[in-house]
Amino acid sequence: MRANENITRTSMGFEAQRNKNKNLRAAVLFSPAILLIALFYAQPMVLAVFFSFTNRAMTGINARIVQFVGFANFVKAFQDPKFVKAVYNTLVFLFFSGILGQQVFGFFIAMLMKKKNPWLRRAVGMTVIAGWITPEIVCAFIFAAFFARSGTLNTIIGSVNIPAVSWLFTFPMVSVIIANIWKGTAYSMLMFQAALDGISEDILEAALIDGAGPLHTLRYIIIPMIKTTFSITFVNVTLGTLGSFVLIYALTGGGPSGATTTLAVFMYEKAFVAYQVGYGMAIALILLAIGALFSFLYVRSMKESSTSIGQPKQVLL
Amino acid sequence: MKSKQITRLSQNVLLLLIGIIFTLPAIWMLLASFDPQASQAIKIPAHASIVNYLDILTNKPIMRGFFMSFVIAGGQTAIVMVVSLMAAYPLSRFNLKRAQTITFSLLFLTAIPMTAVMVPVYQLFILMGLVDSVFGTILFMTTIGLPYGIWMSKNFFDTVSIDLEEAAWIDGASNFQALRLVVFPLMKPGIFTVIIYTFVRSWGNFFIPFVLLQTANKLPAAVKIYRFFGDRGEVFFGPLCAYSVLYMMPAVLLYSFAQNYMSKGFSMEGAAKG
Repeated sequence: MRANENITRTSMGFEAQRNKNKNLRAAVLFSPAILLIALFYAQPMVLAVFFSFTNRAMTGINARIVQFVGFANFVKAFQDPKFVKAVYNTLVFLFFSGILGQQVFGFFIAMLMKKKNPWLRRAVGMTVIAGWITPEIVCAFIFAAFFARSGTLNTIIGSVNIPAVSWLFTFPMVSVIIANIWKGTAYSMLMFQAALDGISEDILEAALIDGAGPLHTLRYIIIPMIKTTFSITFVNVTLGTLGSFVLIYALTGGGPSGATTTLAVFMYEKAFVAYQVGYGMAIALILLAIGALFSFLYVRSMKESSTSIGQPKQVLL
Repeated sequence: MKSKQITRLSQNVLLLLIGIIFTLPAIWMLLASFDPQASQAIKIPAHASIVNYLDILTNKPIMRGFFMSFVIAGGQTAIVMVVSLMAAYPLSRFNLKRAQTITFSLLFLTAIPMTAVMVPVYQLFILMGLVDSVFGTILFMTTIGLPYGIWMSKNFFDTVSIDLEEAAWIDGASNFQALRLVVFPLMKPGIFTVIIYTFVRSWGNFFIPFVLLQTANKLPAAVKIYRFFGDRGEVFFGPLCAYSVLYMMPAVLLYSFAQNYMSKGFSMEGAAKG
């Protein structure tokens, strides 16, 4: 009986068994995922588009009567000095903590680690990764204490007789930038470590023999060879920094007087504190549009580096 | 030759310095958690003790936070895994015409910053009457974990040769038996990667439960910690540090336990950034 079955199966061919009703079977297997994505991903997007063109609010008369207001929310945003400030803050935060901090600094650490004592490499790597695996809320709490008036930083600078500073009030943006660098540098560092390990020694030796100095080697050999890693980390770091909320919100609450209010914090305040849902949605939509653009770039750079997709790579230390 | 040695030495010193600077904030937390008289400044405890930990471990509302974190992260991870495997199988095996479009759309979704979605999601939860529902929160978190889960599962299905599955069919195994007995065991690293990654991210997530849940006994540890020190007033740093250390434990353990599993998936992970 079993033998018979096998014969029919093989004669049917695996291709046939595999492809029998494949569209129907695929539909059945996809259905839970599609249902969830439609319900909790697509629906909110539609709502965001819809509500951002209305005056919806959580309280007051607009909570009951929702009216279409066209592009009023978007016009309002671009005329709102606080929104413009939030865009500016986001760019500053992104550039200093994301690009210069996490990415360039991560690359720098990865370069320093090249050909170093494995023990040192591992130890330093672990300290950097510690920030990365620390949940954001704990990060915020650690840095609230670190920057506090009687905190670790003031204790250290006090030991060389520099007077204490209320970091979170006097240098709020610098403080959140430092916290975010601590939190996120590991990702870039690991990506660059893996990429640098992928460059063959022969090439570097050949460059040395040809008389290339370290800066030349960096500029004309190393950086071009790991170009895609740069674009992938750039896009990912940007997306992560754009979406960064908890760290800033729990550390400074966006203050003092809006000094650290990024777009994400501004959106939260409008939608959940001021209850201006229509306005909050419009800001969310702007954030989403920027996010979608970078996600698109991310997919493109991943396609370019298709060699690394699905290829197991020893990345973690 | 001499200058080379100096360069090397200075590089080593620089690395060590970076390491020390990076450890300072976290070391404070660790030391303060064992210090009954902890303050905000880093210092070696005068009388180290585990009294802070006992404080937390015997505090019912706080322990409830851990329980809720387990419920939410565990529930999300379980559903993500099952639904991802279901969806990834046809993507990997059926020669679907649009398979590539679908996988790259998933990759696209992994990168969308979730913060931006929370305003519309909260409105959706109001319309659907799901605000303050733990189940609703789990389903939403499941959904945002799916793109990564499906994408990774598909890649790991791809690594298991189709011949092995067919060989199992010849031996009389049903489609499901072939998966369970042959394919899944070979995909273990992949399955672990998805489970650990999803669980750790869920465990560490603050914003979603912060927005979607309200009742105190439904809040996971992340939100409880925020309430703990967010209320400012009088903060007891010792217990708060002990709480944070305990809260970080599962993430740290899973990461170190799974380093070799994670590394295989790392190079293709999408939403690695929080």
